[in-house]
Amino acid sequence: MCHFLFKYNNYGFLPLLNASITQMMVKYCELFYSFLKIGTFTIGGGYAMIPIMEQELVDRRHWMSRDEFLDQLALSQSMPGVLAVNMATGLGYRLRGLRGAVSAIAGNIVMPIVFILVLAILFRHFRDNIYVERFFMGVRPAVVALIAAPVFRLAQSAKITWSTCWIPILSALLIWLFDVSPILIILAAVILGFAYGRVKLRIKN
Amino acid sequence: MLFLQLFWTFLKIGLFTFGGGYAMIALIQNEVTVNHAWLTSQEFTDILAVSQMTPGPVGINTATYTGYTAVLNAGYDTWLAVLGALMASAAVILLPVVLMVIAVVFLRKMQGNKDIENVFRVLRMTIVGLIAAAALQLLTVDSFGQPAFSLQFILSIAIFVAVFALSLKRVSPILLILVAGVLGIIIYSMIPM
Repeated sequence: MCHFLFKYNNYGFLPLLNASITQMMVKYCELFYSFLKIGTFTIGGGYAMIPIMEQELVDRRHWMSRDEFLDQLALSQSMPGVLAVNMATGLGYRLRGLRGAVSAIAGNIVMPIVFILVLAILFRHFRDNIYVERFFMGVRPAVVALIAAPVFRLAQSAKITWSTCWIPILSALLIWLFDVSPILIILAAVILGFAYGRVKLRIKN
Repeated sequence: MLFLQLFWTFLKIGLFTFGGGYAMIALIQNEVTVNHAWLTSQEFTDILAVSQMTPGPVGINTATYTGYTAVLNAGYDTWLAVLGALMASAAVILLPVVLMVIAVVFLRKMQGNKDIENVFRVLRMTIVGLIAAAALQLLTVDSFGQPAFSLQFILSIAIFVAVFALSLKRVSPILLILVAGVLGIIIYSMIPM
């Protein structure tokens, strides 16, 4: 069905229709299919998915300009939630409204969910298998290391300095040693950031 | 009741996740292993391993698998566990999706607002702390073995150091997980525990 419809969309006209790229009627099933591919074949989460999304939507399908894609990326990163799903929501909505957003999200997450459920059900049966247990004995310290490593990379890109390094350190200690909910820490960070900006502004004036 | 709690918990997690999957790990971990004790720390570590090795957004994978395990651990059957998994992943995306649609309609771009820039400058630093906390909380006997001179402990430390170093050099995490697992099978099979 998708292929049948696809033939009658003349993408050759697109460069002439610059102004109305987003008004073009992208089919729901095409949107679903594109995000299905993106969701099914990228391992490694949101950040691995972004370049693949860009390639599919901007370069291959010409559904939107690169600027519009990058605007959506900036917006997705500044909103709460899973990055890949935020991208699917925003891009789907820009292309075809609410139903477009739903098609894109569904395409993006349906296969990963099916895949993980099948694995989870199978894993219950093999959990006591000695080789599976040995596999996970090797894997567990590796997983901890994989979570510890980005801390240092992110610390650089967050531009943490000597005067601000207490923020991540205090947050980590409160959560780790005192079981403070990370939700409270996030709320405190939002308030602190807002208040800091306002106070700085007032001092300047 | 468990299902309502599960839904509510993942609704909260979705709303407070900023900065991608790794930041979400700290939130899920605190809620499901500390607050509600639905999962053991070891089960959670295994879920993280599987979630990173399978395709799709890591946050969705982790939410799905966590929902499944939490229901199963409470003594329900597989199909209710599947329902729990679907509920957890639906809950985790619900509020962000609504907010994103509102943002696209009203903002389209988020630039130039000084308040938002300041909030995000502090948020980015906080998230580094959140991820560090997630890693620290996983440093347990469950994952590493007893810290006496057991073979498992020494091997675990070796794997940790090697994976940490290689990950900083941007070696693929999937490859690192697989190699660590195969090493586990080979070494623990050769030496009787």
